[in-house]
Amino acid sequence: MTKVGYFYTDCLVPMVGNNPYATAEENSAELSINAEVYSLPSRKLVVLQIRSPFIKSKYRPFSQALLSWVQTSKCARVILLSSSHAYQRDDEQLFGTPLRYLLTPALEKSMEGLMQGLKWKEMEKVAAYPGINDTEKVLHIPGGGITKLLFTECCSKEIQMAVLLKFCSEGDNIPDAFALVNYLNEWLQLIKSESSNSTATSSQWKIPSSWRLLFGSGLPPALF
Amino acid sequence: MATFFGEVVVATSRAGVDDEESAEETLEDREIRRELEKKREIDVLWTLKVAAPAESAADEPISCSKFIVAIGHNAAAFLSSFILDSVCWEVVGAVKLWNEWCRTSNTTNILPTDSFCLFYQLTSDPTVLLCQCSCYVAEDQQFQWLEKVFGCMRKEGLQVTILSTCPLADYKTQESTLTLPSPFLKALKTKEFKEPVCCPLLEQPNIVRDLPAAVLSYCQVWQIPAVLYQCYTDVIKLDTVTIEAFKPLLSSKILKGLVKDISESTKILKKLLTTNETHNNIYI
Repeated sequence: MTKVGYFYTDCLVPMVGNNPYATAEENSAELSINAEVYSLPSRKLVVLQIRSPFIKSKYRPFSQALLSWVQTSKCARVILLSSSHAYQRDDEQLFGTPLRYLLTPALEKSMEGLMQGLKWKEMEKVAAYPGINDTEKVLHIPGGGITKLLFTECCSKEIQMAVLLKFCSEGDNIPDAFALVNYLNEWLQLIKSESSNSTATSSQWKIPSSWRLLFGSGLPPALF
Repeated sequence: MATFFGEVVVATSRAGVDDEESAEETLEDREIRRELEKKREIDVLWTLKVAAPAESAADEPISCSKFIVAIGHNAAAFLSSFILDSVCWEVVGAVKLWNEWCRTSNTTNILPTDSFCLFYQLTSDPTVLLCQCSCYVAEDQQFQWLEKVFGCMRKEGLQVTILSTCPLADYKTQESTLTLPSPFLKALKTKEFKEPVCCPLLEQPNIVRDLPAAVLSYCQVWQIPAVLYQCYTDVIKLDTVTIEAFKPLLSSKILKGLVKDISESTKILKKLLTTNETHNNIYI
């Protein structure tokens, strides 16, 4: 995918670095910033890559800016890749797949058949007042950042949006990233999986150089 | 999580904070938030003849060909020692800000260890501007700083050079950072910057944050040729070895014509160190 632009905003913590997707000496010196847009015209796919956290109290302004861009650029559908704290799962969620999806009403009708075929699990709602009143259910995505805000905004603005999320913990999220992208691939078929086993496709994805040294520099030999 | 020294450090979560979800603000909350935002507002006060307060749209923007920004005490001290002097440069602006980490000094006799953010103009060429920013500009103030500073400049023909320092411990490399000869310089440049850089480029997975990153991002997005020189050092306070690590920049195109007499520089460096030592010595 090629970089086609920047999402310049005051809502994200600034950061810069050299191209994490460099394939050769020539493109390794290209500067990358905290929010960039990539596109794949052959699949009519546009990706917004966000690389830094939100600044306090900027969740709502960012959501508004993002959705306004989605609407003005006449984007047909939005897919939000997200996650939720694994430690907040209830007893039932501890079993089975840690992957979930959500669809806005605008997208539900057209996707119903596909969802049934994929055998995906919808994100469960939780009791609004647990222990007191179990009938009233609300959507709760702890650790999901602006996921819930964006989802509810898309519901009210009638934007076709799908949320794909995984329950995960703090730490090395590289395996979680593969799980999530394979999940997305089940739907979009971006790369052909060689077998029905989704782990086989993991080897076909490329790892960016920014994932190196996740836990810091090498250890001093004198330590041992 | 614990570091190698056994200290327990709170690791920031990439998941972000969830309290934004319950964002139903009462009138009182809104008032408090507004007051806090007002307190954290940045004021850029220019004394230039051409420019007046940044908010006034009728003012003509300053024509700027070179903008050199030094962020942090050591980078600022480098410019003080090797470039700035009271004859060729004139103070034309200052930034007043407050955040939980610092407040800019109000005194006119500023010490190298104070928190300040000043703008200088070269008297022989008013299109050359320099900024020494040794105060910490918080995350939520960085964008404001950019808009208010760059908002006053005409960007055609502008070239930006940023100098900053960073702890050596933040540098990620296959070998241990203990074996690296420090301090050392690394550079990052925008797409439009075509000149040779004075040191190797910063390799992935290393990144730059805070105000230096904000300035470079601005330049990349608005297609301004800019280069950032980051000095990785293991000394936190003002230090001559760190300051001198920036010396290779003196031969770069942008700084070559601005360097002052070497003997002057050595005198100033010495003076900087002694003033600093007196302040840091707790036994006097």
